[in-house]
Amino acid sequence: MSRATTAWLFLTPALLVLGVFFFVPVLGALGLSLTDYDLYALADLRNLRFVGLHNYWELLHRPLFWTALGNTFYFVVVGVPLSIGASLGTALLLNSPLARMKAFHRTVLFAPVVTTVVAVAVIWRYLFNTKYGLVNHALAVLGLNPVDWLGDPHWAMPTIIAFAVWKNFGYNMIILLAGLQAIAPELYEAARIDGASRWRQFRHITLPLLKPTMVLVTVLTVAGYFQLFAEPYVMTEGGPLQSTMSVLYLMYDDGFKWWNFGVASAVAFALFGIILAVTVLLLRLARRGASA
Amino acid sequence: MNPRLARWLVNGALFGCAAVAVLPLLWMLSASLMPPGSASALPPPLLPAQPTLDTYRALFARAGMGRYLLNSLAISGAIAVLALVCNLMAGYAFAKLRFAGRERLFRALIGALLIPAQVAMLPLFLLLKYAGLVNSYAGVIVPGMATLFGIYLVREFARSVPDELLEAARIDGAGEWRIFVRIVLPLLKPIMMTLTVFTFLAAWNDFMWPLIVLTGQEHYTLPLALASLAREHSEDTELMMAGSVITVLPVLVLFLALQRHYLQGLLLGSVKG
Repeated sequence: MSRATTAWLFLTPALLVLGVFFFVPVLGALGLSLTDYDLYALADLRNLRFVGLHNYWELLHRPLFWTALGNTFYFVVVGVPLSIGASLGTALLLNSPLARMKAFHRTVLFAPVVTTVVAVAVIWRYLFNTKYGLVNHALAVLGLNPVDWLGDPHWAMPTIIAFAVWKNFGYNMIILLAGLQAIAPELYEAARIDGASRWRQFRHITLPLLKPTMVLVTVLTVAGYFQLFAEPYVMTEGGPLQSTMSVLYLMYDDGFKWWNFGVASAVAFALFGIILAVTVLLLRLARRGASA
Repeated sequence: MNPRLARWLVNGALFGCAAVAVLPLLWMLSASLMPPGSASALPPPLLPAQPTLDTYRALFARAGMGRYLLNSLAISGAIAVLALVCNLMAGYAFAKLRFAGRERLFRALIGALLIPAQVAMLPLFLLLKYAGLVNSYAGVIVPGMATLFGIYLVREFARSVPDELLEAARIDGAGEWRIFVRIVLPLLKPIMMTLTVFTFLAAWNDFMWPLIVLTGQEHYTLPLALASLAREHSEDTELMMAGSVITVLPVLVLFLALQRHYLQGLLLGSVKG
């Protein structure tokens, strides 16, 4: 048996699974998005019609799609910097020579990452309960008025963002910590001898050397945050007044609540296109920053 | 800055952050031990006056939590084992077996990491529906049997296996499968551990796909059961917290026990992106 045949035999199980259950469905989604596949087609395929780009065209004229897109961008634009800021802050603290009990702190700070989104989202729902929640109780102790965190359209998304930051910052913290530890201590030593302040060391040594890691972390987090779904599903069901309806939530509702698979596939592909465009844009910006 | 003050500030900030990270989880545990109805009081209690396991008993007896726990264990376990086999074989082939187009194929697979999994979900549902796998354990397990990330992870690790070792075995007349099982697998033990923990945790915590494909309660995993409980019994704080404990505790314990392996995988998976 030739070497190449062996290789293909080793690859077959994985490629078969990925092909049948991922790559074919992705192409299928593109195809579906060009049809009017709905409940009638689900019952009898003869009802299926090709509609071209009609679904995409309709999306552009659908207020709910724009609401969902706006909410998702809100979540990404506010949530990602806060998340990475928290990750970087804690990574710097853990990397500080002054820090004690580092292993313990690292474990505790990372713990929210391994927890189940649904379970911890449920916890947050109670902590941010208007009447009995501990958060409003703490506000009352401080003499502040209670906030209807998940029931007020202005507060629901910020509460979900706070939750996402709490749940996810540990992941990037570990990656950034590894990046910080890879910076040679001699560089700081030399800067200290030259009389550079802590802040200038951070600005001119830490940040530039951490940049590749930061770019990676940003791209991964942005792509992940665009896929917002479980948090609003559990905490707000997309409300109040659709203020936490995300693009994926819309896809889920269109597809699995109303069985409009054609429309839902168009939503899914629109999201994919947006993620791809934003990723490319971020990488361009990073490269331009590097050459400048 | 005064060095003592600096040390105080750094450690104070660390403790503060750690407290924020862990307090919601501690409150979950505390509320789950409160007698029914007592968590919704003013002022909200921090600790149970009289800790009780009544809520847990109710959860298993009335809400069928035992069944969901077993479902979660069975599904996540099956995915972890099957994905391990497929990913190990493919990762090893990409790292060590030569064939035309290897690099191009691998790059294409890595590029596909950009496609959000949810794009495939609608046609995948139809595919499984026509195959009769909707609302079955297989419907959740089968699409998870191989992962791009897992293949990447194994390939990165397997590249450190020395070619001379494999060549020597080939000259001795060992078959490729024998080489894989007897020589390569023992060397891949650390990454096997990492990958298993990673896949198991991801499968345990997964929500959207099981929500779509499991339409009947009897197949629900813990996150699905919890989400559905949260919609029906939202005023029953203690019950919900006990359910959250049952859902979170197994993965938290698994992580604490195998932390090193998990974090290693996380770093290995992100070095080159």
